[in-house]
Amino acid sequence: MTPAHWAAITLMLAAVAGSFVYLALDVGQVFSAEAAAQMWAYVVRFFPPDFSPDYLAQTWRGTLETIAISAVGTLLAAVCGMLLALPASGRFGLALRVAARLVLNFLRSIPELVWAALMVFAVGLGPFAGTLALALHTTGVIGRLFAETLENAPPEPARALQLAGARPAGAFLYGTMPNVITQFAAYTLYRWEINIRMAAILGVVGAGGLGQMLYVSLSLFQQPQAMTIIIAMLILVAIVDAASAGLRRYMEG
Amino acid sequence: MVSWVKRDANSITHDPAALPRFALATLLLILLWPGIQLTEFDPGVLFDPRNRETMGRFLGTFLPLALSGEFLRLVIKSTLETLAIATAGMTFAFVIAAPLSLLITRSLSIARIGPGPGLWLGRLLRIPVRFTLMLFRSVPEIVWALLFVRAVGLGPAAGVLAIGITYGGMLGKVYAEIFESGDTRPTIALLESGGGHIAAFMYGMLPVALPELVSYTVYRWECAIRASVIMGFVGAGGLGMQMELSMRMLNGGEVSTMLLVFLLLVVLADGISASLRKVIG
Amino acid sequence: MSLKLEQVSLVHPNGCRAVSGISLRVDASERVAVIGPSGAGKTTLLRLLATALRPTSGELNVLGVDPWRLNRAALRRLRARIGMVHQAPPIPLRQRVVTAVLGGRLGSWPLWKALASLAYPVDIIGARAMLERMEIGDKLFERCDRLSGGQLQRVGVARVLYQLPDLFLTDEPVSAVDPALSDRVIGELNRDAQARGVTLIASLHAVDLALHWFPRIVGIRGGEIMFDLPPVRISDDMLRDLYASESAVVPTQTNLPLNVPASGIRRKPLCS
Repeated sequence: MTPAHWAAITLMLAAVAGSFVYLALDVGQVFSAEAAAQMWAYVVRFFPPDFSPDYLAQTWRGTLETIAISAVGTLLAAVCGMLLALPASGRFGLALRVAARLVLNFLRSIPELVWAALMVFAVGLGPFAGTLALALHTTGVIGRLFAETLENAPPEPARALQLAGARPAGAFLYGTMPNVITQFAAYTLYRWEINIRMAAILGVVGAGGLGQMLYVSLSLFQQPQAMTIIIAMLILVAIVDAASAGLRRYMEG
Repeated sequence: MVSWVKRDANSITHDPAALPRFALATLLLILLWPGIQLTEFDPGVLFDPRNRETMGRFLGTFLPLALSGEFLRLVIKSTLETLAIATAGMTFAFVIAAPLSLLITRSLSIARIGPGPGLWLGRLLRIPVRFTLMLFRSVPEIVWALLFVRAVGLGPAAGVLAIGITYGGMLGKVYAEIFESGDTRPTIALLESGGGHIAAFMYGMLPVALPELVSYTVYRWECAIRASVIMGFVGAGGLGMQMELSMRMLNGGEVSTMLLVFLLLVVLADGISASLRKVIG
Repeated sequence: MSLKLEQVSLVHPNGCRAVSGISLRVDASERVAVIGPSGAGKTTLLRLLATALRPTSGELNVLGVDPWRLNRAALRRLRARIGMVHQAPPIPLRQRVVTAVLGGRLGSWPLWKALASLAYPVDIIGARAMLERMEIGDKLFERCDRLSGGQLQRVGVARVLYQLPDLFLTDEPVSAVDPALSDRVIGELNRDAQARGVTLIASLHAVDLALHWFPRIVGIRGGEIMFDLPPVRISDDMLRDLYASESAVVPTQTNLPLNVPASGIRRKPLCS
């Protein structure tokens, strides 16, 4: 254990202690019997969840809305990401490459939830805000990956076509695209999977879907309904995980 | 030499891939329509004059950045609060994950080497513990934050608890994986020669696994910082809560300052985590 | 006059002389074979003629014009009249054969037609005709990564045939094709050139193919022309001299260091 090790460990322990002190978190109070009892009383109100057909129908609609938000948002992002990836891969010169990359970085640095809060301002509460938020953030992520894929694609097929007189657009479509399109599709599907989870929670700032229903029910102290929503979220994520694992096995097998 | 046009029995003049492609395209279009409806997709809203005015005014306030001394002090305070939430939350997560991960690590079980009464007890505990950890991490951290805000009130405590639970679930699973994937021979040797579980762990398993454990924990700490900011939007304290307040007051300048600080915070966290990992890893 | 090179040289930035002082005149509808050892400059010569490379000195005239004095649009039109068969077929492997072949006419198709052909091939019959001349008509709708090396090379030739160029430049077009089939492919190229009255320049590794099919043989060695004669005037000694082992130019593989990801199971996890 070198001095550097000791220094690092001391630093971490100091940070941990400092954090608790700074937050003035009385650990004793948080974990006291009284707090535990309070917490338990709170938890109990969530059961049994509301499984009435009426509310289940509402939850079902919320789930569909969540899936739709993620699908439309991801699709938009794939199109816009592709459009931005072309200059970002350097095809139109250095200036545009830098500019496009700047835009893409800006889009992906801001977390989806922050975008959702901003979009709620732009277009009001509801699923449209969520769709736009996902589209904006995911464009940044997908666009950057597309740009890197394009940069790494072999240039010979397109060059050979240009040598035979093809316009740059034609050479790109016939020479470069076939090499990259499967990767694009696979990554878009992967992002869609992530976005379904995101779409479910964006709603807590008012961007539609299950998240918004959860926020509303908690605000109205309707805990059983909130529990139903949480269960629906868990089931949705489990199904998506299973489906994507199955799809992956099918593609490789 | 072959004739110019050789017609064999399988000669086809239409593209066999055309039909499946067309069917797929039609299917996607059919699914897209309800999708557009469900998301209330309406680009026109972006250009609605009423929204435009509010949005325009809001956007106009994004520059210049809010840089008054008082506000900057507030921002720094919130940032420190976020860092504290993330660190305290990770500590809490570690406290949950460390013992639980040991419970579910199979390599530590004497019973696995041979039959004995411990076998069934071990198996009994393992499954509920795994399930609990999975539940902890499957519920999104922001949902936990929402719940805790309602339970313990607005402020950083909710954030700490939310991170503790969610990341405890993640750390627990990954710690167990790290333990199980390491070289288990020294541990098994120690167990077989009669050493207790704890000795076997401290001298057999821990030294091997430590670099990866630290590395993963530090990576998760970085994620925790981002998560703390996001949870702030539902009232769990820190930079996020301030940002939400500023947004509600349509003060774009404050929002852009805080966004900038957030980006810098992410870079800072990345740097700290890199140096920590270099030292210990 | 179809092609003219006057004292053309190409020197690479690293000082290596790919071709030096080449002078060559080829008339319209002539058929010329270029032979020589590896690294002699056959590919460079063809690429100079295809306007892929620019000579460092000397005068170059292709199909009656100096390609490097043209504007972009005119150069594109000139290139559409030049059909080059590359040694390694530059075809994206996931593409289907029919689309690859139809790509040959991108130089003369408007953009909407190129786009339409991606959705549904616009000239299946035409593409099939070319493939059948290369004896792979049945592979029309196959994906290119399901073909053997020789079959892929023939798709490359079919694409150039489909292009209907005024100048054929073929760089070792049958290196992966078995001898009997090679003979038929070269024969087919020759027949097409003669039937349409266009110029054909082929670099070949197999000297017997060259001697059999081409009325004019150019021997290149070390970037310079050794002889330019009809087959009957070429002696065995001349061939032996041409292929005598010289200090071989070893092809340098790009030696990039292996990119090994950081060891350990846990790489940076995604936050969500």
